[in-house]
Amino acid sequence: MSKKVYNNAHDALEGLTFDGMTVMSGGFGLCGIPENLIAALRDSGVKDITAISNNAGVDGFGLGLLLETRQIKKMMSSYVGENKEFERQYLAGELELEFNPQGTLAERIRAGGAGIPGFYTKTGVGTVIAEGKPHQEFDGETYIMETGLTSDLSIVKAWRGDTEGNLIFKATAKNFNPMMAMAGKVTVAEVDELCAPGGLDPNFIHVPGIFVQRIVEAKCEKRIEQLTTRERSA
Amino acid sequence: MAQEKRGWDRNQMAARAARELEDGFYVNLGIGIPTLVANHIPDGMDVTLQSENGMLGMGPFPYPGDEDPDLINAGKQTITTLDKSSFFDSATSFAMIRGGHIDLSILGAMEVAENGDIANWMIPGKMVKGMGGAMDLVAGVKRCIAVFDHTNKRGEPKFLKACTLPLTGQNCIDMVITDLGVFAREGAQRRFRLKEMAPDVTVDEIRSKTEADVVYE
Repeated sequence: MSKKVYNNAHDALEGLTFDGMTVMSGGFGLCGIPENLIAALRDSGVKDITAISNNAGVDGFGLGLLLETRQIKKMMSSYVGENKEFERQYLAGELELEFNPQGTLAERIRAGGAGIPGFYTKTGVGTVIAEGKPHQEFDGETYIMETGLTSDLSIVKAWRGDTEGNLIFKATAKNFNPMMAMAGKVTVAEVDELCAPGGLDPNFIHVPGIFVQRIVEAKCEKRIEQLTTRERSA
Repeated sequence: MAQEKRGWDRNQMAARAARELEDGFYVNLGIGIPTLVANHIPDGMDVTLQSENGMLGMGPFPYPGDEDPDLINAGKQTITTLDKSSFFDSATSFAMIRGGHIDLSILGAMEVAENGDIANWMIPGKMVKGMGGAMDLVAGVKRCIAVFDHTNKRGEPKFLKACTLPLTGQNCIDMVITDLGVFAREGAQRRFRLKEMAPDVTVDEIRSKTEADVVYE
């Protein structure tokens, strides 16, 4: 049996958490979030987390769990509009917040995982995002410098994984998960289905196992934020 | 002074924006009125919708019972695939956007200025939501169309000399579609020109409700 496999989410975080740590958590809205690892992080009691995640969950679910218990000191996100407790803590000055344009956030994480300390982008030029950042012209156009991001711990969610840590994602549940897996000093993945080596076609691996140190199979609730349907025509 | 509501409604604004689509286009639609543009793609025209959370070839909403929590759009609504659909991670998604591979972005706005600046993500001291992908879209997509009501709830112009709210992007809007008319400019250094008016709307009405310096003839 591979040394990467853990029996449950709590065991999978054993020895990895410490106060003041930086945690990347995958997902877009509630889609593709590592539900069980977030709950395990809450139960670990770790404090003063800097959380890097596109969104902040909703009240009482996803990263909203860690906001309720005041375990997050700072959020780095692109959009947090679905969370009232977040807004309350932020407006009360209890929570630090760094907004990143979504593409800049994704690229900062990709760069961090790829060993690139900084890069230039035209996103945010002339806005508050550009304030205090180095500007540089390339071919007559102005760009701002953004830095790569890494984490002490990345928690990600995949559809299928094998015991070597190879991962495959389903549909739009991929989102930030692959880059975060690359950018973690340690990455723990939770998967819907865990299989033995050979169970996944190597042609269709999204994240190679080198980026995943621990893996756990766990059942997810997969809450839907905006259930939207169309009428069946007669 | 109560005024009868003239001009286009939300659906008519979306239909007008849809006339800017071209065969073979890859398009990103923002939340609100821009989302309605999908209902007005002409029959037989091949338009591929991008959703910045990681999908090309967005299909319609699912039938009841067919929802998949792993398959949503950027508005977090459940959607479906088409035969041509593909999925990718967020870095690849924004490589499409920032890298200029998307032909057209249609998005909502709180304010647009005569120099093409747009503000649509933040009201200081009021809401804490974030810009999501809007800053990347206006910076990277080849052509950007802003669709919004010509005036705010207090009847004040939203097409301004200069934006008063924090910017989403600088000099990036190519066309403005409001409930009253259509304004377009040929390039980043050119002025916006009134191109079309909604039925029963007069130039004088548009002038009185527009602060931006626009070419009217």
